[in-house]
Amino acid sequence: MLRRDRHSVVAVEPVGPYTLLRVGRGDLEPGVPGQFFMLEAPGRVLPRPMSLSLAPPGELGFLFEAIGPGTNALAELDAGDRIGILGPLGNGFRLDVDRPLLVGGGIGVAPFPYLSQSLDRPGAILGFRTSHHAEAAELVPNAEVVVEPTRVTELLEPGYDVLACGPAPMLSAVRELAPEAQLAWEAPMACGYGACYGCVVEVGGHYKRLCLEGPVLAA
Amino acid sequence: MLLNASGCLDALAAPDVARSLDAFVTKTVTPEPREGNEPTRIAETDHGMLNSIGLQNPGRERFLDEVLPRLRELGIPLWVSVGGFAADEYAETCARLDDVTVELNLSCPNVDEAPESAAAIVAACRVSTPLPIYAKLSPAQPDIGEAARAVQAAGADGLSLVNTIRGLELEPATLRPRLARGVGGYSGPALKPIALAAVYAAFRATSLPIVGMGGVQTGRDAAEFIAAGASAVAVGTALFADPGAPARIRRELAETAASLGAAGPEDLCGIAHQPDFDPLPPTLTTSKTPAFQAN
Repeated sequence: MLRRDRHSVVAVEPVGPYTLLRVGRGDLEPGVPGQFFMLEAPGRVLPRPMSLSLAPPGELGFLFEAIGPGTNALAELDAGDRIGILGPLGNGFRLDVDRPLLVGGGIGVAPFPYLSQSLDRPGAILGFRTSHHAEAAELVPNAEVVVEPTRVTELLEPGYDVLACGPAPMLSAVRELAPEAQLAWEAPMACGYGACYGCVVEVGGHYKRLCLEGPVLAA
Repeated sequence: MLLNASGCLDALAAPDVARSLDAFVTKTVTPEPREGNEPTRIAETDHGMLNSIGLQNPGRERFLDEVLPRLRELGIPLWVSVGGFAADEYAETCARLDDVTVELNLSCPNVDEAPESAAAIVAACRVSTPLPIYAKLSPAQPDIGEAARAVQAAGADGLSLVNTIRGLELEPATLRPRLARGVGGYSGPALKPIALAAVYAAFRATSLPIVGMGGVQTGRDAAEFIAAGASAVAVGTALFADPGAPARIRRELAETAASLGAAGPEDLCGIAHQPDFDPLPPTLTTSKTPAFQAN
């Protein structure tokens, strides 16, 4: 049953240049790491898809970069404000892996704190634009951090079960080196539940809805 | 009566949402399968959204063999949105349908091929099926009333007003289009006054029942469409933001009708055309309420 309920903002905190939005969980399930939620962005027509970053008791935490009107509206929320949240949605990461390694770039690290916790703190390689952005790595245990122009793929060695999230060029490069990787993609979404056909990506030669097939896809 | 706007809900992906409507309207079915347009396909604007999906659908044969039987299992009335690129294509799909209402998509802003005139397509479909036919028209025409009269004369049983209108949004940093295809169909709150004007004009021009849609977000919006002449209302973009929108809008609509002194929403039908109604007299009757009650 799809139900969007309103949940209270607990806190809005900076993490480097990013924003961590913490909301009261209510009866929302956190879902599997890599799944996402649609968050009402006050004053905007459409909600914003966000993967879950943290799932402490009683809360859900979303890490994002305020770069447009929707994410800015979310970053400007105050404790006690209420927003509609729908989720968890889509398919997350498979957790039945032997030698997990998290590979992420930029705000693509968003699902990794929760994923790391679920996989018992595996190693991670995280890439960022600047050392300021790299402050987000503090949320991910056992992370090796690179800053541009160094790329995460320069540190990637064979023999791992790679779980990756980041910009599309990074995911494509990871796929070349780790053909069995699980890749979490991003696409603009209007609905998050299969209604709009806006978020399609090419899978097997056909356009498939990322919100239903993904966002985590096999490489 | 509350419906979804075509292309704004997948009843198989969200059956509970479909069941919260009085009827489910399918995504447009074309004769051949269509992959749709290249992404990026959607972009939010300040007061609405653009889409450029491009009629992605499995095509007529797979729709009839695989999709329609599963939709019937939902147990709710079905409207099938029929598309094509020539009158005989629409007519053939209509001929293959049974036990549904047909909505002819005569106005998709996201495909290149220009269909024949709306009236010619309706006339061809009228010959091929006895099913109820609703003609879905674009708001981007100089005289909606004339278009409405033309499809009525061609045999349409009702009107769906309106489809999206073509719009463009540019990326702030690059001043390049945000959609891969450049322009897209504009929907959401910004479309409402345009859609209301179309319903208002069509109500004056014809006796056909009208499904009003375009920016319906609240029960008050739905009441406005009914007042302008709609006998049913469809929800589109609002469904994307909240799958619970139909239930909420239905509740708010009943409250709005009650606050205006009407026994029910159907009593509001067409009152925008009647001057000086404040408050509604208890004996109010309207000349056109068929679809709202019949469905």
